[in-house]
Amino acid sequence: MSRPPVEPVVDLALAREHGLTDEEWERILAILGRKPTFPELGIFSVMWSEHCSYKSSRVHLRKLPTEGEHVLVGPGEGAGAVAIGDGLAVIFKIESHNHPSFIEPTQGAATGVGGILRDVFSMGARPIASLDSIRFGPLEDPKHRMLLRGVVHGIGGYGNSVGVATVGGETTFHECYRGNILVNAFNLGLVEADGIFRGQASGVGNPVIYVGSKTGRDGIHGASLLASAEFDEESEAKRPTVQVGDPFTEKCLIEACLEAMRSGDVVGIQDMGAAGLTCSSFEMASRAGTGIEMDLDRVPQRAAGMTPYELLLSESQERMLLVSRPEAVQRILDIFARWDLDAVVVGHVTGDGRMRVRWHGETVVDIPVDPVAENAPCYERPMRRPADLDERQKLDLASIEPEDDPQGALETLLDDPNLACKAWIWRQYDSMVQGNTVLGPGGDAALVRVRREDGTATGKALAMSVDCNPRWCWLDPYAGTIAAVAESARNVACTGARPLALTNCLNFGSPERPEVMWEFAEAVRGLGDAARALGTPVVSGNVSFYNETSGRAIFPTPTVAMVGLLGDVRRHAVSHWTEPGLAVVLLGETREELGGSVWLALRRGLEAGTPPAVDLAHERRLHALLADAVEAGLARTAHDVSEGGLAVALAEACLTGPARVGVRVTLADPLRLDALLFGESTGRVLVASADPDALLARAAAAGVPARRIGETGGDRLVIAPPGGRPWIDTKLDHIAAIWERALPRRLEETA
Amino acid sequence: MFAVIQFPGSNDDRDMQLALKSACGVDARLVWHKEPELPAGTRAVLLPGGFSYGDYLRCGAMARFSPVMAAVRRFADAGGPVLGTCNGFQVLCEAGLLPGALLRNRDLDFVCAWQHVRVEQAAPPFTSRARPGQVLRIPIKHGEGRYVVAPDELARLEAAGQIVLRYCDAEGAVTEAANPNGSVGNVAGVRNAAGNVMGLMPHPEHAVEALTGGTDGLVILGSLVDAVGGGGGRR
Repeated sequence: MSRPPVEPVVDLALAREHGLTDEEWERILAILGRKPTFPELGIFSVMWSEHCSYKSSRVHLRKLPTEGEHVLVGPGEGAGAVAIGDGLAVIFKIESHNHPSFIEPTQGAATGVGGILRDVFSMGARPIASLDSIRFGPLEDPKHRMLLRGVVHGIGGYGNSVGVATVGGETTFHECYRGNILVNAFNLGLVEADGIFRGQASGVGNPVIYVGSKTGRDGIHGASLLASAEFDEESEAKRPTVQVGDPFTEKCLIEACLEAMRSGDVVGIQDMGAAGLTCSSFEMASRAGTGIEMDLDRVPQRAAGMTPYELLLSESQERMLLVSRPEAVQRILDIFARWDLDAVVVGHVTGDGRMRVRWHGETVVDIPVDPVAENAPCYERPMRRPADLDERQKLDLASIEPEDDPQGALETLLDDPNLACKAWIWRQYDSMVQGNTVLGPGGDAALVRVRREDGTATGKALAMSVDCNPRWCWLDPYAGTIAAVAESARNVACTGARPLALTNCLNFGSPERPEVMWEFAEAVRGLGDAARALGTPVVSGNVSFYNETSGRAIFPTPTVAMVGLLGDVRRHAVSHWTEPGLAVVLLGETREELGGSVWLALRRGLEAGTPPAVDLAHERRLHALLADAVEAGLARTAHDVSEGGLAVALAEACLTGPARVGVRVTLADPLRLDALLFGESTGRVLVASADPDALLARAAAAGVPARRIGETGGDRLVIAPPGGRPWIDTKLDHIAAIWERALPRRLEETA
Repeated sequence: MFAVIQFPGSNDDRDMQLALKSACGVDARLVWHKEPELPAGTRAVLLPGGFSYGDYLRCGAMARFSPVMAAVRRFADAGGPVLGTCNGFQVLCEAGLLPGALLRNRDLDFVCAWQHVRVEQAAPPFTSRARPGQVLRIPIKHGEGRYVVAPDELARLEAAGQIVLRYCDAEGAVTEAANPNGSVGNVAGVRNAAGNVMGLMPHPEHAVEALTGGTDGLVILGSLVDAVGGGGGRR
C-alpha cells in the first residue's frame, strides 16, 4: 500500500522559498486555475529559474545573429549545428558549471563536461573534441590551488574516461574570481548532416523511454537554488545540490544512444540536464506541440521511498529521455540492454498539450505544457551604466612611468600564471584519443582532423579556440566582447582555417543589479556586432548569472568559442617557430595602447584605461589573408599577438614547439618602448615564412599592413632597435625555466 | 583477422582498429567482451586502452572476468599473440597473463604526453621491426601506469629478456627524469615467458601517422603484422 509522502503546505511563502516572485506565483495560479501541488510548484520553480528560462537575458539574446548559409540548427536545441561539406555537420556548444564547481570542484567540473557531451550526442553527433575555459582567484590563496586541482581532476577524470579528446582551453587567475570561479565546458561533435536529431516528443501514442542511470536524490534544485542565486556565507550548505558524475555510464550511453539513433527507431531524444526529467519532458513536448503522460513508478530509482517531487527534480547525471515508435520499443530496449543500461518505457506522447504525471495511481502533476516551457516569464530588467566606469577608463599614459627594464618586465610577464605555460593543466587531459588531433593544447587554436564514423578521412580539419579577456570586458564590456570574438576568430585563422560560427557562455553577476544588466546588454551588443562583421553566426550559447558573492560580482566574462574549417589538413600552420632561417613577418599594426594590458597591471599595479581598439574590417581581411597564405604554403608559423604583447608572443613562439627555436627581431616603430614591446594592440599576427616577399605582396594586395621584422634561429630571443643595443637579449633556456615553472612552482606551495 | 576486444569503457578500441586497418592494411574487427569465443580466423588479439568498467575498482580488475577473457587465455596458451596497450596491459596483469601490476603514477596525476621508449628486445612477434636499443616516440596517457614487481622478480624478468620497453630520453638514456610515472626499472612494456603476450603503457595506435604526431607505433603494430601475416593485406 502506498503512503502519501508528508508534503508541506503549498502557499506563497513556500513559493518564495523556491525562488519564485509574488508575481510569478500569481501567474501560476492563473495558468492552473488552482493552487499547484507540491511537485507542480517544484516544476514551476525550476522551469522558471533564471538558469532554465533565461528570463532576464532573452530580450537581449534575441538580437544576436543566429542564421547563416551553413547553419543547420541555431540556438534553442541542445546545441548548434553547422554544415561543413561532404554531407557532414558539426554540432557544438559551450556551457557553464560555475556554481557547482566552486562548491565541489571535482564533481562540479566533471558533470559540466558530462552535460555538454550529452547536449552534443543527443543530437546524433559523436563528440570528438572538448575545450575548457576555467577561471580562478589568485593562486596565492590555498583554496584556489585546491579549486584548480579539483577542477582539472574533474575535467580530466571525466573527459579521459569517456574517450573524448580535450584539445585546448584557457585559464585565468584574477582577484575577481576569488568568490566565484568559472568553469565553462565546450564540446564539438561530428554528424551526418541528414542524421541530426532534435529533442521533440512527436507522434501521439509514441512511447517515451527513460535510458541511462537510475534517478537518485542528488542535484535537486541545482538549477534553481544553486545556479540562480548569488553566493553568501551559507553556500557551503548547498553542497548536496551538486551532482555526482559517472563517466563510465556516460561512455556506454554515448555508444548506445548513437547506435539507437542510427537504427532509425528514435523520433526525438534529449538529455536530462538541469531540472532533470521535468525540463526534458516539458521541452520535448513543447517543441512538438504535444503532451506527455508519465508514470513515475516506472522510473528506475537509486534510493527507496523517493517522492514525486524528488523524482521530477532530481538532477542525477547520465540520463536521457527518448521518444520512439510503439513497434520499435523492443529493438531500442535491446540496444541498451547490450550496454547494461536501464531503459524503461515511462509514458507516452499525448495530443492534449498537457504534462500529466502519475505516481502510485494518483495524478500528482497536471499542467499545460506551453505556459510553463515557452511562455515563461521574460523580464526587461533595469539597466544602469556603472557610476565608476569613467573612473575605470581613466588613463593618462604621460603620467605612467616608462619601462626601464624590458628584460625584467618580460620575465615578470612570463612568470605570471595568466601568461605562463599551462602544461601542468593540459598534460592531465587525454588530448589524443580518437586519433584526430593534429594540433593539441598549448597553441593558438586546436586543430582536429575530420574523419567519418567508419574512419575514412575527408581531408578537412576543424580549428577551435575559446577566448575572453575579462579585464577588457570590465573596462568596456562592448569593446571587450568584440575583442573576444576577434581574438577567437584570429586564433582559428592562425591554423589556416576560416572562422565558421561561434558559441558563447555569458558569465555575469546578478541580473537584479542594473549595473550588471547594463554590462550584460553591452556584451551582447558587442557579440552581435562582431559576429555580424566577421560573418560568424552565434549558433548556441549559455548564460550564467549570479556569479557574485556578498554583493561582489566577477568581471563580465563573455567567453567566446569559435570554430573554423580548414579545407586541406595537410596545409596548416603552427604557433611555434619550426626551424631556423625563416623570415618573421608581423601582420597588423602596433599602436600606443596600454589600457587594460598585463604590463600595466603587473608593472604599474593599474587595471585601467580603455581596451585596445578592434578594427573588425581589418580582422576580416587578416583572417582571409592567413587562410590564403597558409594554403599557398607561405606561412609555416602563424601566432596571434595577444596578452603580454609582441615580446611575450615572440617568446611563446620560441618555447612552445617540440624543439626550441630562437628569433632575432628589429623593431623601429616610434612608440614608447613599453607599448611597443608589451602593448596589446589587436589584429596582429606573427608569421614565419620561407618566402617573405610573396607573403608581403599578398598582404599588400589584401590591404593588411605587414612588415618583415626578423629571422628565426639560434637559442636566444633578441629584440633590438635598428643598429642599437638590444632591449631584450636572453637565452631561451633561461626564459623557458621561468615560463614553464610558473604554475607548478605556485602549486607546490603547501602553506 | 586481428581481434580488438571491446570492453564497456574501452575508448581506444576504434583507434586501434583503424590503425590496423588504415595504417597496417589488415583486417581488424571489434569483438564484444560478452562473446564466449574469438572469431574464427583470429590471428592476433589486441586489448585496447580505455577505462574498462570505469576502472572504479583496480584498473582491469573487472574486465578480466569478462566472458571473452577465457577465450583470450586459451588463445594465448595456444601460442597466439596477445598485445595489451594501457588498460589492456592492466587487464593482462590482472588476469595473470603478465607478471607485475600497474599502480597510480608516482605524481598521482594523469599524464598525457609524447614519450620516448627504448627497445630492449628486438624480436618477433612485437618488436621484430626495431633495432635493439632503438628509441621510439609514442604517446602515453594514463593515471595508473607505474609498473611494479618485486626486486628479485624484476631481475628474473630482465635475465629472461621479458622487459621489452623502457622509458628513456630522446637519446635513449634510461634516467629517473625520463620516467613519467615511477615505474620500477623504467619499465614501459613486458612480455610473458613464452614471448607471445605483451603489455605496454604507450599507445602505438596513436603513433601511426605523421599528421597526428609520428609513426613510431608502426614499429610495434607492423612487427605483429609481420609475425602473423595480414590476411592478404599489404605488408
